[in-house]
Amino acid sequence: MTALLATEGLQAFYGDAQALFGVDFALHAGELLAIIGANGAGKSTLLKCLTGLVRAPRDAVRFKGEPIGGLPPGEIVRRGLAMVPEGRRLFPSLSVEENLLMGAASGRSGPWNLKRLYEMFPILAHKRGEPGTSLSGGQQQMVALGRALMSNPEVLLCDELSLGLAPIVIREIYAAMPRITAEGMTVVIVEQDVGMAQQVSQRVYCLQEGRVSLTGRSSELTRAQISQAYFGLEAHAEAAP
Amino acid sequence: MIETLIQGLLLGGLYTLFALGLSLMFGVMRLTNVAQGDFIILAAFAAIAGVSLTGSAPLWVVLAVLPIAFCAGYLLQRHVLNRTLGKDPLPSLVVTFGLSIVIQNLLLELFSADPRSIEIGPLATQSLQLGDSLALGVLPLVVLAVALAATAAMQWMFARTPLGRTFRAVSDDREIAELMGLKANQVYALATGIAFVLIAIAGALQGMRTTVSPSDGPLLLLFVFEAVIIGGMGSFWGTLAGAMILGLAQQIGFRLDPGWGIWFGHLVFLAVLVLRPQGLFPKTRG
Amino acid sequence: MNPDMNPRTFDVVRGTDASRSLLGAAAVLVIGAATLPFWGESSWMREFVEIACYFIFAMMWNLLAGYGGMVSIGQQAFFGFGGYVMLMLGNFAGVNPFVAIPLGALAAALVAVPVSFVAFRLAGGYFAIGTWVIAEVFRLSFANVSAVGGGSGTTLTALRGIGRATRESVTYWMALGCVVAAIALVYLFLRSKRGLALLAIRDNEVAAESQGIPVARMKLAVYVVAAFGAGLAGALYFVGNLRISPDAAFSVNWTAFAIFMVVIGGIGRIEGPLVGALIFWALNKFLSDYGTWYLLGLGLLAIVVTIFFKQGLWGYAQQRWGWSLFPTQRRLALHVSKSPMPAARIPELELHPHAKHQ
Repeated sequence: MTALLATEGLQAFYGDAQALFGVDFALHAGELLAIIGANGAGKSTLLKCLTGLVRAPRDAVRFKGEPIGGLPPGEIVRRGLAMVPEGRRLFPSLSVEENLLMGAASGRSGPWNLKRLYEMFPILAHKRGEPGTSLSGGQQQMVALGRALMSNPEVLLCDELSLGLAPIVIREIYAAMPRITAEGMTVVIVEQDVGMAQQVSQRVYCLQEGRVSLTGRSSELTRAQISQAYFGLEAHAEAAP
Repeated sequence: MIETLIQGLLLGGLYTLFALGLSLMFGVMRLTNVAQGDFIILAAFAAIAGVSLTGSAPLWVVLAVLPIAFCAGYLLQRHVLNRTLGKDPLPSLVVTFGLSIVIQNLLLELFSADPRSIEIGPLATQSLQLGDSLALGVLPLVVLAVALAATAAMQWMFARTPLGRTFRAVSDDREIAELMGLKANQVYALATGIAFVLIAIAGALQGMRTTVSPSDGPLLLLFVFEAVIIGGMGSFWGTLAGAMILGLAQQIGFRLDPGWGIWFGHLVFLAVLVLRPQGLFPKTRG
Repeated sequence: MNPDMNPRTFDVVRGTDASRSLLGAAAVLVIGAATLPFWGESSWMREFVEIACYFIFAMMWNLLAGYGGMVSIGQQAFFGFGGYVMLMLGNFAGVNPFVAIPLGALAAALVAVPVSFVAFRLAGGYFAIGTWVIAEVFRLSFANVSAVGGGSGTTLTALRGIGRATRESVTYWMALGCVVAAIALVYLFLRSKRGLALLAIRDNEVAAESQGIPVARMKLAVYVVAAFGAGLAGALYFVGNLRISPDAAFSVNWTAFAIFMVVIGGIGRIEGPLVGALIFWALNKFLSDYGTWYLLGLGLLAIVVTIFFKQGLWGYAQQRWGWSLFPTQRRLALHVSKSPMPAARIPELELHPHAKHQ
């Protein structure tokens, strides 16, 4: 089965600092994949390479077989890749509804529209005219998610949905996932909350210091395996004198 | 006294038109156009040249200049000014300052230093009689009406249209806006195109109401700037208010002593800057 | 941390061999220039004084904008103020005009403090135009003071008793001294700890503040120093010119030329204004007869250099060939073996483009 979205030997730099050291990654249509790892492991960088916010070599990233490395973000969105950015990043000068409408700027058509979003997150309909940034953290996350969905992507990338949110709010947001994936949308979530990641996803990649340290089916991975991959600890480490 | 106040408001209308373009460009892309005044004068001279070359009525020439102004602004932003945008304000300041010098000297070469104006015949001096002692010039009233209409149009465009939404989004967060599929470089160019249309209208009216000469630009810039600061950044109605206050201050100063008009405006500007730096009617950004 | 790297295996290096020899050559040049009045023509001295004023003004503008991060279109306020104070001290207080030059500079520095109180309310592009407005206020104010001739200006009478040759020679030496002093002042300032703090502020104000650097005080310090320099240039200019008027003293052209010199030469470098001043002088000499076309050309050149040679022509040379006349960068010279280079360096799109000053 050829991958819908894949990277091969992906390296990424911020100036002189290297963040990714040859990441091989494959995403298949219809699955929900989680990327986990400690802070600074390179999870967000990987997503930014996929969406064009960080420059990648042309052939290192392929979407539906086509190389998309180095393309501008707008072009990548038009092809069907959308991202919910880290930290929400709503437009402060725009209302909730206007923020959602901005998501449709790429001009792609599909089942997702304002009505559907308001059905999924009724609170947003309630607050549609208010400035986006006046909402609570969880509600802002719903807006950010909705904004990405408005572009009717084939692949949805979610960068740290749970960041800064209370557990109950995190559950509420992830409760919407089945509705999103019901029609075959492929989703990638970057998560610090390992438990949530294992719970909702089918496959997991673990990044550690810019490299893939573990990959496998979520249901089959053990805690020990994940800890080892996450922190880079050996299974039997000796304490240093 | 009433007459002074009314003259002040009429002058404020003119300053509003001068300032709307600057407000727009700064609002969308944080670009300070030091050549704002010079572009206004350039537009006036373009209209003057158009009238003398084609012999048509000024109104048609001005209407013809508007789309040319739009294209000029669009291309300037797209190919020159876009390269100066970024965290450092210096490149855009130097480039627009350079443009100011280029325009002034170009106009000097083409038209010499003699003041010119756009001949509109009797309309220049017609006035409306209000009551016994009050006569208001028709042209200044037209200017005020155009200023009010333009401000309302800009405000409506920003708040209620998809284009305005695009402007606000790109201005808020360029990176995320591009993630949505917007092309910031094109959006900026559109904004400047519109700003140049406003500049062209302002220039045409300035050329009709008084004489213009190639080195008038910098002084206009100072007035525009003062109007924007007094009014407060972030809204077009704020710019209008600031322009009105500046116009009033200048007229009152002029009334007290003919040499004090501009000076009074400076004083009010400085006072606002010291006492309330965010301006009198700022729109706070989220 | 590489455990192989102990403190004795690296040095913090500042000068290079090339720069040391260039400085030696510069010293010889200055001494040679000081002898000019004995063998040169008076027109050369006059020209030097004029270019010296342009250069000092440009150097101070460079300090303010390139190092202080404050772009001002209103430094001419202090230029003119220094000139007028010098004239008033000379004409009304009987002070020797040559002595009044540094006094005028001092006055400009002092007036910069209340001015900064107003100007610092603004930032970025609006700060730039705001300073221009303030300069206009200065101009209008002095144009209303009849004691100094109001709008048409007045003459410096205090030098009437001195012979022309002596006056021109002393003016020339003053100019030479001011140039050397200005360069030394800026160079030493930037090499000091304060200079490093300034660079930190310029690169990231918030981070600098969090490191304990008093940002507001530093900015004020730079603003005052720049005002001092501008006032020095102004006072010197009008000693040479003998006649002052508000339009000449507070003309925005001073800043325009300073911007030109600094941008061409390379902003944020000490040698930038020097290179720019030389180019400017050369262009002036050969092309100023063309009047408006010359100015138009200057404007276009500034635009082109800003867009395509962001670091100025000298900056381009420094990057390309490593030239440096006034090293203020501190480089780490490692004595350990070189670490392996990362493979296949990929060009990087900056997420948050930083202003590149150097």
